[in-house]
Amino acid sequence: MIRVSCGKLAVYILEWGGGIEWVVEGHGAAITAELRQRISKGQTQAGLKSGTYMGRGSLVSVPVVNRGVAQRVRVGESVLARIGNTPLLHMERIARELAQARDVEICAKAEWFNPGGSVKDRAALSMIEAGLASGALRAGKTIIDATSGNTGIAYAMIGSAMGYPVKLCLPDSASPERKKMLLAYGAELVFTPGDESTDGAIRRVHEIVAGDRERYFYPDQYSNDANWMAHYRTTANEIWEQSGGRVTHFVAGLGTSGTFMGTTRRLKELNPRIRCISLQPDGPFHGLEGWKDMATAMRPAIYDDGLADENLLVSTEAAYVMVKRAAREEGLLLSPSAGAALVGSLRVAAGIPDGEKAVIVTVFADSAAKYLNERFWDEG
Amino acid sequence: MAVKVIIPTPLRVYAGKRDSTEVSAGSVAGALAQLTAEFTELKKHLFTEQGHLRSFVNVYLNDEDIRYLAKEQTVTKDGDTVSIVPSIAGGCSGNSGQASR
Repeated sequence: MIRVSCGKLAVYILEWGGGIEWVVEGHGAAITAELRQRISKGQTQAGLKSGTYMGRGSLVSVPVVNRGVAQRVRVGESVLARIGNTPLLHMERIARELAQARDVEICAKAEWFNPGGSVKDRAALSMIEAGLASGALRAGKTIIDATSGNTGIAYAMIGSAMGYPVKLCLPDSASPERKKMLLAYGAELVFTPGDESTDGAIRRVHEIVAGDRERYFYPDQYSNDANWMAHYRTTANEIWEQSGGRVTHFVAGLGTSGTFMGTTRRLKELNPRIRCISLQPDGPFHGLEGWKDMATAMRPAIYDDGLADENLLVSTEAAYVMVKRAAREEGLLLSPSAGAALVGSLRVAAGIPDGEKAVIVTVFADSAAKYLNERFWDEG
Repeated sequence: MAVKVIIPTPLRVYAGKRDSTEVSAGSVAGALAQLTAEFTELKKHLFTEQGHLRSFVNVYLNDEDIRYLAKEQTVTKDGDTVSIVPSIAGGCSGNSGQASR
């Protein structure tokens, strides 16, 4: 695969049995025009005959550069095109008691509909695209990062789909299923002590990258603006459109803080009156995958603690209870962190004054699929 | 019995910044009781008000999850190591933090 830079776009030129196609990562018609101009100036590969323009999520157009050769229209789409545009699910039964007393609705972005199974597909793709655009990621480089799991799965999937090797440092307390999934995508794994959590994994990445800077592309999800920008560009606008602009409250947990930062910044631009509430675990020792106790953990550089209108603490136990309820009352198998997001949303709903309408939107980062071995399912 | 208890990073602030401590106990329950007696602030992080191990707290005896042994009644012997690891992503598969050190 050869990459041609075209303004802010990443253009991949893929050669297949006797033909060539272009895969353009970006949006819309302007892109098509820009690329067409570039091709007409002869700045792309010699011998390009026909092409398929894949805008993210839609087939934009199929320009024929050389009419002497039959054009190939692609059927189907890239797995990467399925990242984002997740459903906004309406909580039908769990919020019913509250909704009877108040005019409140609770909805959640079901992020397990992303092809890698979690919200992290958005941030990982955004950071990889930014790396390709800046040249920090190019042929021969390995993508490396520290991850408690979901971001790793996203990197491993995207790296595989784009043809870049992926190396991940993760706590060895990660579940066997997750390790197997990463290995299945072809990622190389470096284990760090489980009791040091993701902080230990981050330190290990720093050591590895310091040893060979040229070899690695280190997106560093905790410090990379492309992380929160993914949510600024996609998650927030989807919430706005899917709620018909009716969203009044946004609730999300803090890990890297990317989801909360990006979505909040954009929603506040769309309607400054939207209240944005961040959630954190109730202490440094917890079972909410991907969440951070900001007071004691390594603080992400992208985190701005002044952005939230309010911050609520959620206990792991409360999240577990909610996960079981959602499974039996909503037909939803949620991860503990998604359960915690629902706990926080219900608490926000309970605080809505009488006579006030509220549409509370939260983010379910992933499903229960990777957490079915946890003890809480069998307890209490 | 001299048993080493590994304290996970997030809890070290409640244990005088120590990464481990030596206790004398004949069972995992005894080792944890001594640990929380020495560092009283740890108790509420590890146990519920009813005194049960919180459901996201995984305890390992020499890399074996005590869930699959005799739980908290698992017998300890001289030189054993007890590790406390928060359950993240489905718990561990027999290799606790100690294994990679």
